[in-house]
Amino acid sequence: MGRNNVFIHIVRFILLVLVQVLVFNQLNFLGFINPMVYILFLFWYPIKENRMLFIGLGFVLGLVIDIFSDTLALHSAASVTIAYLRPAMMRFVFGVNYEFQSFRLSNTTLVQQFTFLALLILVHHVVFYSLEIFSLANLLLILKKVVFNVLGSIVMCTLLSSLFSTEKE
Amino acid sequence: MQQIINFLIRNKTTLLYLLLLFISLIFTVQSHSYHRSTFFNSANWVSGNIFQTSSNISSYFGLREENNSLLEENRELRNQLFNLTLRDSLELDTTGLQYSILTGRIIKNSYTNKKNYLTINLGSEQGVVQDMGVITAKGILGIVEASSAKYANVQSILNTNSNINAKIKNTNYFGSLTWNGSDFTTVQLEDIPRLVPLMVGDTIVTGAMSSIFPENIPIGVIKKFDLNTSQSFYQIDVGLFNDMTNIRNVYLIGNLDRAEILELQTSIEDGQE
Repeated sequence: MGRNNVFIHIVRFILLVLVQVLVFNQLNFLGFINPMVYILFLFWYPIKENRMLFIGLGFVLGLVIDIFSDTLALHSAASVTIAYLRPAMMRFVFGVNYEFQSFRLSNTTLVQQFTFLALLILVHHVVFYSLEIFSLANLLLILKKVVFNVLGSIVMCTLLSSLFSTEKE
Repeated sequence: MQQIINFLIRNKTTLLYLLLLFISLIFTVQSHSYHRSTFFNSANWVSGNIFQTSSNISSYFGLREENNSLLEENRELRNQLFNLTLRDSLELDTTGLQYSILTGRIIKNSYTNKKNYLTINLGSEQGVVQDMGVITAKGILGIVEASSAKYANVQSILNTNSNINAKIKNTNYFGSLTWNGSDFTTVQLEDIPRLVPLMVGDTIVTGAMSSIFPENIPIGVIKKFDLNTSQSFYQIDVGLFNDMTNIRNVYLIGNLDRAEILELQTSIEDGQE
C-alpha cells in the first residue's frame, strides 16, 4: 500500500465518520431509520492487507462513531465483528476467485458486490440491535429495527458506493 | 510451551477479535449502570466542537419558530406574574433562592436508541455539574450526567436507565417515571397504587421527592392505564408535552440546597446501620 493510498484511507475514514454523525444519525426517517453508511469503509478497504490491522481499524472506526453518538460500545462490537468475518463472507460470495492475487472488487459483477455489501450490513445490524436491546423479550422489536434499518442502510450505501466508486474501469 | 506459543501465533487474528469484542462488551455492560465515564461521551472537546459548529449553522433555519415559542412562553409567564397577588415589596436579593437557572442550547439530539443522550453547549465553565435538571418551556427533558469544560451530556427521559419521581397533578400520589424504549412520544409511570382514581387526560408533573427537579414541572398527560401483573399497581402510559424530535433551547436547574439534602439523607442512612 503506497503513501497515497494511506492518505486516501485516512480521508475516507474522516469523511465517512463526519457524514455518519452529522447527516445520517440525524435522519430519523419514519422515526427510527438511521442508515449506517460508515460500513462502506470496511467494504472499500483493500483485500490483500494485514488482517490484524483491518480488525483494529474496524474497532477504532466503531469506537469513534460510538463516542459521537453516545452508544458506547455497540458500534465497536458490530463493526469489529464484520471486520473479522469479512474474509469468510468474501469466500462465500466470490468463491475461490478471491484467493487469486489478481482479484479486485471492481472486476466482480454488480450482483456479487451487492450481495457482499448486503451481507456486511445484515451481520452488522443484527449484532448492533441485539446488543442494544439486550433481551429476547423484545425479539419483535429487534426484528423490526433490523429489517427496516438494513433496508435503509443498503439503499444509502449502494447509492453512495455507486456515486464514489473506487476504481473506475 | 512451544505449542502454546504456536497456538497463539496461529490464532492471533481470532484472539485479537475476541479481545476487542470483549472490550466493547465491557463498555456496553458498564453503560447500563448509572454513572458513565466522563470522557467517552459526545461532550468531549472534539465532538462537542463539531456538533457546536453544525448546530450554529442549522439553528438559523428555525429562528422564526424559536421566536414564536419564546414569545408564547413569555406570554404565559406574564399572565402568571400579573395575576399574582404581590406582597408589599418585591424581594430582589438572591439570598433566599433555592434554585438557580441557566439557559443553554441542544447541539446534539437523539431519540431512536434505547439509551438516548443529548449534548448541550454549557459545561463546567458555566457552572454545570452532574445531576442538574434539564427542562424546556413545555416540560422536563432529562438530567445532566457528565460535563466537560464547555459541553455537557444529558441523560434524556427517553433512556431506559432514566428514573424520575413524578406525581399526578394536585394530588400527592407519586410514582417513578421510566421508559420502555419503544415509542419516543410516550413514557411510563409506575408504582401508582390501585386505589388512586385515574382518568385518561390527567396531567402528570414532577414530584416533591426529588432533589433535582422543583415540584410541579409538567411532564405529560395520561394516555392509557392498566393494572400490572400483580393487580395492585397501575402501569400508566404518559404522552409527553415535549416533542422530543424538535427541541432546541433548554433551561438547566441547579438545586442550591441539594448538597445539604443529600448530606442529611446519608447521615440518616448511616445512623440506621
